[in-house]
Amino acid sequence: MSERQTKPRRVVNESGIEIKTAYTAADVEATGGFDHIGEPGKFPFTRGIHAEMYRKRPWTMRQYAGFGNAADTNQRFKFLIANGQTGLNVAFDLPTQIGFDSDSPMAEGEVGRVGMAVDTLRDFEVAFDGIDLEQITVSLTVNGSAAILIAMYLVMAQKRGYDVARLRGTAQNDILKEFIGRGTWIFPVEPSMKLVGDTIEYCAQHAPKYSPVSVCGYHIRESGANPAQEMAYAFCIAKAYADETLKRGLHIDEFAGRLSFNFNIFGNIFEQVAKFRAARGLWAKIMKEEYGAQDPGSMWMRMIAAGGGGGLTKEQPENNIVRGAYYALISALSGTQTMALCSYDEAYTIPTEHSARISLRTMQLLIEEMGLTETVDPLGGSWYVETLTNQMRDKMVETMADIDRRGGIVSLVAQGLAQAAVSAQAYQMQKRIESGDFPKVGVNCYREEEEEAKVEFHPYDEDDAKAQVAALDTIRAERDGRKVQVALDRVEADARAGTNVMPALIEAVKAYASVGEITDRLVTVYGRYREPVVF
Amino acid sequence: MSERRIRVLLAKPGLDGHDQGAKIVVRGLIDAGFEVIYTGLRQTPIAVANAALEEGVDVIGLSSMAGSHLPFCRKLRPLLDERGLGDKVCLIGGNIPATDHAELRALGFTGIFPTSSKIAAIVDFIKEEVQ
Repeated sequence: MSERQTKPRRVVNESGIEIKTAYTAADVEATGGFDHIGEPGKFPFTRGIHAEMYRKRPWTMRQYAGFGNAADTNQRFKFLIANGQTGLNVAFDLPTQIGFDSDSPMAEGEVGRVGMAVDTLRDFEVAFDGIDLEQITVSLTVNGSAAILIAMYLVMAQKRGYDVARLRGTAQNDILKEFIGRGTWIFPVEPSMKLVGDTIEYCAQHAPKYSPVSVCGYHIRESGANPAQEMAYAFCIAKAYADETLKRGLHIDEFAGRLSFNFNIFGNIFEQVAKFRAARGLWAKIMKEEYGAQDPGSMWMRMIAAGGGGGLTKEQPENNIVRGAYYALISALSGTQTMALCSYDEAYTIPTEHSARISLRTMQLLIEEMGLTETVDPLGGSWYVETLTNQMRDKMVETMADIDRRGGIVSLVAQGLAQAAVSAQAYQMQKRIESGDFPKVGVNCYREEEEEAKVEFHPYDEDDAKAQVAALDTIRAERDGRKVQVALDRVEADARAGTNVMPALIEAVKAYASVGEITDRLVTVYGRYREPVVF
Repeated sequence: MSERRIRVLLAKPGLDGHDQGAKIVVRGLIDAGFEVIYTGLRQTPIAVANAALEEGVDVIGLSSMAGSHLPFCRKLRPLLDERGLGDKVCLIGGNIPATDHAELRALGFTGIFPTSSKIAAIVDFIKEEVQ
């Protein structure tokens, strides 16, 4: 036998932790002991934020959906709900996310392409028509223009008779990660932070059940961060938003319970599960010890553990159905509150009804057939998982300290240094995949000579875009123009005065001012972000 | 006599913010010895054509993940021609369905590198095309 066969190869996980062949209690002891584990539903919540977890209620299923105009999207929402989906996650087109109206020259070719086009309140009225907003919670995947769309959602719900003080829902509204990955920023870093603070403060006072921010490690991971860094970046960002809000005189317990997280689920199963367990304990500790939170709800790392897009491949796309099933398993074993899966065709196109339903069924199979909802934290107590949980926590703490040492996340993002660090890692990973050092089935091993896979493309309808522009024209003609001007003037004045702009945004949205018109006024005061290019 | 290094403009057209792939390609091309000018996000066709002219590049590359590559390239082509850049090597990468390849080639984008292409393939293409 060759030496290669007799000597176990060295294994290091993506986060840089060396993995042993077998683990015992001594490994747990050597890495920090059993003290961090605790019980489900009790501090430090490593095992889960609730004592009964999925026995009481399975995770919310919230596939990302939206395309074309509000009517198209409303139809897809109803399809998903009819198939057992329990939450909505709205995809907006890029002009909406970046604050351009559908008739802006910047929006040409982009209207309704990767999500639904929203210009005014009318689009929200159509998109959510016939959907019970108490039964189905809605998550808005929007960041640069989030303050405007949160205002729009609250106004739409109020007009339909819901009590905003009791309304649940989430906005992504995590602008710092947009500068690192995903790229739908509008304003410079400082006013962008101010806007996030405005939304958190406003919701704490007027819509206390609404989650105004979902801090995303997700896209930072997609951009090149390893799993431990994903959590470390997200926590540094969440702390920056908390600090911004505390400056306004709120107590941590007035808003921390409504901060939520969005994390990624592709990669090594045990590394991911340990990542989530470690992070839950770490966040609870940060909130309690650093921020003086008293309310257990403030210490909960509530999350959507989702997607996995970075793990899916264009090659042999059916394999992505299987990957999705494993990613869903990771998500369930990790004690997530909400789950969503990238569909198998997402490397190509917006999911069809067919592929979206497969993702939904994947999650339903876990709930109904596989026993994943019966016992809380089923991997807890495994010497391997507990050791890895301890080690992942150490990695996260180390990375957070490093970010702070280099000036803190806000400064690193403003200088483009966080972006450069993450993209340098993406390049290293690309080289590992190209060399075969990091195995990817169908990509660098078990390859097949293949034609481009036969995937059904979601059609892009240029007529939809024209109809959207025509509808906007009609609204502009019908609305009370004077009221719109007064409301827009107030948006600009409040932005200039540095007060919370949310009340002004609410009034502007009510007057059917458009996303683009409102954004332009804010740009007049805040300016536009200029991207630092650092390699 | 030392040879002038090949200059490449890499741009992110339209509103698409997915720049992980573009940044990987920038790093790969720099490591391969090219000079690379990266525009950052949100480039209009005019901005790309002007940057290509001002920077005196040999190669114009676009990275598009969000589906608006065809309308963009249709606008870019005449702008390049007007500026006397009609003979520059053009390539495009990202989420580019096979059904669009023929039209892109007709628009002068002779290098098409869909998601999961290797960096070496892009490097080889540039070396071969730029004389």
